[in-house]
Amino acid sequence: MSDTPREKTAKTAKTAKTAKTAETSRTAETSKKKPASDAEPGRARLSVFKTYKLYVGGKFPRSESGRVYEVTDSAGTWLANAPQSSRKDARDAVVAARKAFGGWSGATAYNRGQVLYRIAEMLEGRREQFVAEVADAEGLSPERAGAVVDAAVDRWVWYAGWTDKIAQVIGGANPVAGPYFNLSTPEPAGVVAVLAPQESSFLGLVSVIAPVIATGCTTVVVASEKAPLPALSLGEVLATSDLPGGVVNILSGRTAELAAPLAAHQDVNGIDLTGADEGTAKDLETAAADNLKRVLRPSPAGAPADWSADPGTRRLTAFLETKTVWHPTGSLGASGSGY
Amino acid sequence: MAPETPMAPETPMTSPRPTTSPSPFEYAPAPESRGVVDLAPSYGLFIDGEFTESSDATRGGGTGGGTGGGLRKTVNPATEEVLAEYTQAGDEDVDRAVRAARKAFSTWSALPGAERAKYLFRIARIIQERSRELAVLETLDNGKPIRETRDTDLPLVAAHFFYYAGWADKLAHAGHGPNPRPLGVAGQVIPWNFPLLMLAWKIAPALATGNTVVLKPAETTPLSALFFADICRQAGLPRGVVNIVTGDGATGAALVAHPGVDKVAFTGSTGVGKAIARQVAGTDKKVTLELGGKGANIVFDDAPVDQAVEGIVNGIFFNQGQVCCAGSRLLVQESVHDEVLDSLKRRLATLRVGDPLDKNTDLGAINSAEQLARITALAETGEAEGAERWSPDCALPSAGYWFAPTLFTNVTQAHTVARDEIFGPVLSVLTFRTPDEAVAKANNTPYGLSAGIWTEKGSRILAVAGKLRAGVVWANTFNKFDPTSPFGGYKESGYGREGGRHGLEAYLDV
Repeated sequence: MSDTPREKTAKTAKTAKTAKTAETSRTAETSKKKPASDAEPGRARLSVFKTYKLYVGGKFPRSESGRVYEVTDSAGTWLANAPQSSRKDARDAVVAARKAFGGWSGATAYNRGQVLYRIAEMLEGRREQFVAEVADAEGLSPERAGAVVDAAVDRWVWYAGWTDKIAQVIGGANPVAGPYFNLSTPEPAGVVAVLAPQESSFLGLVSVIAPVIATGCTTVVVASEKAPLPALSLGEVLATSDLPGGVVNILSGRTAELAAPLAAHQDVNGIDLTGADEGTAKDLETAAADNLKRVLRPSPAGAPADWSADPGTRRLTAFLETKTVWHPTGSLGASGSGY
Repeated sequence: MAPETPMAPETPMTSPRPTTSPSPFEYAPAPESRGVVDLAPSYGLFIDGEFTESSDATRGGGTGGGTGGGLRKTVNPATEEVLAEYTQAGDEDVDRAVRAARKAFSTWSALPGAERAKYLFRIARIIQERSRELAVLETLDNGKPIRETRDTDLPLVAAHFFYYAGWADKLAHAGHGPNPRPLGVAGQVIPWNFPLLMLAWKIAPALATGNTVVLKPAETTPLSALFFADICRQAGLPRGVVNIVTGDGATGAALVAHPGVDKVAFTGSTGVGKAIARQVAGTDKKVTLELGGKGANIVFDDAPVDQAVEGIVNGIFFNQGQVCCAGSRLLVQESVHDEVLDSLKRRLATLRVGDPLDKNTDLGAINSAEQLARITALAETGEAEGAERWSPDCALPSAGYWFAPTLFTNVTQAHTVARDEIFGPVLSVLTFRTPDEAVAKANNTPYGLSAGIWTEKGSRILAVAGKLRAGVVWANTFNKFDPTSPFGGYKESGYGREGGRHGLEAYLDV
């Protein structure tokens, strides 16, 4: 019973770091990383690689196309082969998202908050894994990568708290000039395609997914093209967080190849173009006009998004509709009884 | 346009009214006088605070085809009488108007909100003062009954300006951040079904938030917007804050495409809305679109039939059904289908179709020959596809554009009349057995603007209202509007909301 949770965490972290080092030393002779001090010299255990897979409909399929592409760290060192999703994968993901929409949008806001908070908990427990992946993906020091993962955990907590508050903040009773009860309520727009930011592979990713599902939308996310591994690993966190399958579907691959069918898809209600490059954003918005998708445009060139800033409510409201319901109130007291 | 000219003697009405009516009640003619409206023979463009001719015309170009400078005619759809001529604004005119609005923006947006508010309060009051004149004008140009312009359109127009006037100095409290800023120049394109009301929905929030506007009214109903220009003059509104450019779709397209426009607001067809969404793709222009609909009006077996029938009639025959949120699909529970239909047919037989200026008229004229042709073609399609067509016995005037109130029964979801927006007095009747089936059928459309529910059971209202994918749900009522109440659609009925606190967002940098 001497194994306190804290010690457990430390052990897990150490193991992860050891594995990482083995992996790195196998693939990069010039790795700056030192072998862990407690590894027995000359007898470093060969690590077990992870096969990175998509996350669609609550399952972890490979791309139906059978394609993969090489993912490297910021120094160009091979990290893994990621699935290179096809248009068919994108369409399958939309089907999964649509199937999940009724249940997720119909869940109570409290329940959605519980689930989002659970995601934060699961992520906190796997912190070291994500620190390593973010450090590799974005070329950050362990300290800075740690700060990024901490901020991502906190972002889930922030949006977990929003689920049952946004309706009170942006909806409410309208004092119409007549004997009517009149109430405006926000409702999720439906299935939202999200092109995750290309540079911020994890904090940016969480910052665009969490607000979309907080309100009850379901989503198909295209991960950062060159740094998809933190996103694919996030799928494993989501799968163990009571999030119903299909609410978040994560695809890796060529953003341009996947974005086009999503922007043109007739059963997608909104699209977040954050991760689209300047050249394609206009074409995607044009395609999205075909069924009048709600479009969140990318940040203007030269003004990249600051993912550490206060996110505000903009990303929550971008994919919300307002429904207004009227009903006659009758006219008690019209006789002048002065109740 | 002179305010409150003495009442002209009742001129004999040239416009027609039915000579026979199946109703047991006969009404004496009760026409509103049109002498209260003083129309000029021809109107220019209202740019930078004054009426001007088209630049294209002064340069000797243009005949009204494509570019500007030509004069167009606007007719009374009830008589086909030409009411006045107005100017087709060309690209240069649009550019002039946008530049005037841009010039006015810096001072207008810098005014303290309380001062902007007072201009809007003035406008609201002047509209109230001139509401009789404007109601008659609107009925003349649009063809809708005076009862509706007098009791619905004009009161709502004034209320809308009054409501948004109050917001102008309270924007920091609207939940859009501590210091929300206006966007700049708003290019606004509005339809012909509620000409002045749509103008109010566009201009009031734009001005309250500190934007300046260039507004293009519809080509068949330009007059009330031109009269509104005179109201701006009376209110002392600074030059260039409101600019009115008239013309056809080409003028609207030029306005939407103008690089000096920061915000586009459009109400009209879904087809044009999609074209606008494509046109602004890749720009910084903020857009709101309020488009078509195919609203379901759901009648459950426990609904009070008489009230429901009134709601059905109001839902589809208000403004001759030329309403984007019309309840054009009646979904009636199978067990009460015959009872509701019998009652509905009896009620339709009492509707009075005819002279829009007559205070007893229920249904006026269709707005244009083009719209009448579209309604006629869709109704013929309905018949050709095997739906059963029924209209009450009602005589239609020989001149003008008229369409009798029409029901289609034996309609399935596959029928064109159940899928396409007809924008006319045509109701398609479908049936359902369970609430789930009603919801599934109601949502089986690319549109999502409005819906109605008729039942005495409160929990059913709330359950069904929660499942309907529509921006406005009327329960045991229909076609109610209020400036405090946000209005707008889901799916292909457009995006953004007009009205209420929500309506401010479209004109602020949030």
